[in-house]
Amino acid sequence: MASAARFSVRRQTGFATIAVVCFFVLYMPIVTLAVYSFNAGTSLAIWEGFSWRWYLRAWDNEQVQEASIRSLQIASFAAIFATTFAAMAALATTRTRQFRGLTSIYAFINVPLMVPEIVTGISLLIVFSTIKVWTGYTGLGYLLAAHTAFCIPFAYLPIRARLESMDLTLETAASDLYATPWQAFRRVTLPLLWPGIIGGLMLAFVVSLDDVVITELVKSAGQETLPTYMLGQLRRIVTPEMNAISTVFLGISIAVVTLFFFLTRKKD
Amino acid sequence: MSKASEIAAAAEERDVRNRWFLALPALVIIFFAGVGPLAVMIIYSFLAKSGYGGVTWNFSLDAWTSVFLERDIFDDTLTWADAHVTIFWRSVKLSFLTTVFCLVFGFPTAYFIATRSERWRDVWLFLITIPFWTNLLIRTFAIQEVIRGEGIINSILVGIGAIETPLQIMFTDVAIMLGMVYVYLPLMVLPLYASIEKLDFRLVEAGYDLYANRFRVLWRIVIPLVMPGIIAGSILVFIPSLGAYVTPRVLGGGKNLMLGNLIELQFGQGRNWPLGAALSITLMIIVMVALLVYVRQAAKSGARHG
Repeated sequence: MASAARFSVRRQTGFATIAVVCFFVLYMPIVTLAVYSFNAGTSLAIWEGFSWRWYLRAWDNEQVQEASIRSLQIASFAAIFATTFAAMAALATTRTRQFRGLTSIYAFINVPLMVPEIVTGISLLIVFSTIKVWTGYTGLGYLLAAHTAFCIPFAYLPIRARLESMDLTLETAASDLYATPWQAFRRVTLPLLWPGIIGGLMLAFVVSLDDVVITELVKSAGQETLPTYMLGQLRRIVTPEMNAISTVFLGISIAVVTLFFFLTRKKD
Repeated sequence: MSKASEIAAAAEERDVRNRWFLALPALVIIFFAGVGPLAVMIIYSFLAKSGYGGVTWNFSLDAWTSVFLERDIFDDTLTWADAHVTIFWRSVKLSFLTTVFCLVFGFPTAYFIATRSERWRDVWLFLITIPFWTNLLIRTFAIQEVIRGEGIINSILVGIGAIETPLQIMFTDVAIMLGMVYVYLPLMVLPLYASIEKLDFRLVEAGYDLYANRFRVLWRIVIPLVMPGIIAGSILVFIPSLGAYVTPRVLGGGKNLMLGNLIELQFGQGRNWPLGAALSITLMIIVMVALLVYVRQAAKSGARHG
């Protein structure tokens, strides 16, 4: 029988305790937030029984409806554009020998990851506000462009990783069998690349959906997204309605991330 | 040159050109909504401010001098801008403390995950990935509910009679730091985990064979070997902390500003765009220096451990 006293080289005294405490601290606030979204009373601290009241209130709130739809629109379009461009860029920058400019392309694509959000937001505010005055156009295009740009590096990562694990033998075989470059891409590369593309699409979607700072600075009047609406509400007296909105939001994020996790997990 | 090699060279050239075309849409959009505006911002920091927000197109160094200095309105002498210096100091101090606390709690957590059996490792890793990808604003809101006056911590402490009046944590530097540790902890754990997972435990075993105790093994073998992960995690926490905007705005109230809030203020009530641009560039420079330190350290430890 394995005795508890057996010496393990991997053990470090107290580490397991700290880890469990960390996980508890990470999840306790989120779980509490979700639990109190079902509170019948208006308090965020005293439990007064179960009810759907705050979910119904949020559902009927026109501002919340509008902001949610706008958030989903922007996130969907930004994710599709970002993933398409990122996939093209990934095809351009992998499975090749070093050519002049390759490192620059790679660095350029990762710029949005290195610049603090507040700095990107401010620089976009400066430029876009000028363009708004010049052209008179104040639509969602600005937000869409900003979101697409900062989603590209996130979409690029899983697609690039996928491409690097694929060698060129299958494409070579296809062209040996007289496939045109397009046919080889459509019938060989794309099906193999698909998990990477889906992964990139989901990451881009979540990243766009979560953005607060850049959206807050770039948006024109009346273009609240769900996160900027919530940021505005936090200044006032908060009711469990905010918990309800947050819980639904969390649910969407967790669902997408869970899918991503299982999709990209190593099969070996 | 032979005919064959000419054809090969032409094909090569065509391939490179096609690759540039493929990358072009991504490059254009990042230029339009990223790199280009940054360049414009640098120009703006050298212009004079206009009273209604925006700038007038006259060269001026006012913005740059007022990053750290202020001009006395009576005798026109320059003195340290106490308000700005305080905010810079608070940003650096809180970001540093956040990084330290994340490391102290994140290291054991990452070590714990990395030393589980293969099946459990995936489960724990998944549990740390979830907060990593969930909305920062919502997590800030969640931690606010825990630490505020009528929040859970205070309710429990008052309930068991440990304290008489609720602790006033909200709207202090401590609240901002707690919030940042909470939201950025996963950013520390993930790179640390990647590093510890690759650790060769035969070296640890050799340490024990040579009569090292657990602490000595940790300090002299494990920590030096996972140094790249420690540096990566620290950078990943330090940089967003320095530019944090949402967490100090929600948990610090209006008073305890950090650099991100000071920058935003110049475009709201402050109406001093050139100063805001100059402050942003200052933040960028600090971030770039931190990244440079990271790259050099990574290269050094990469060379040492092959």
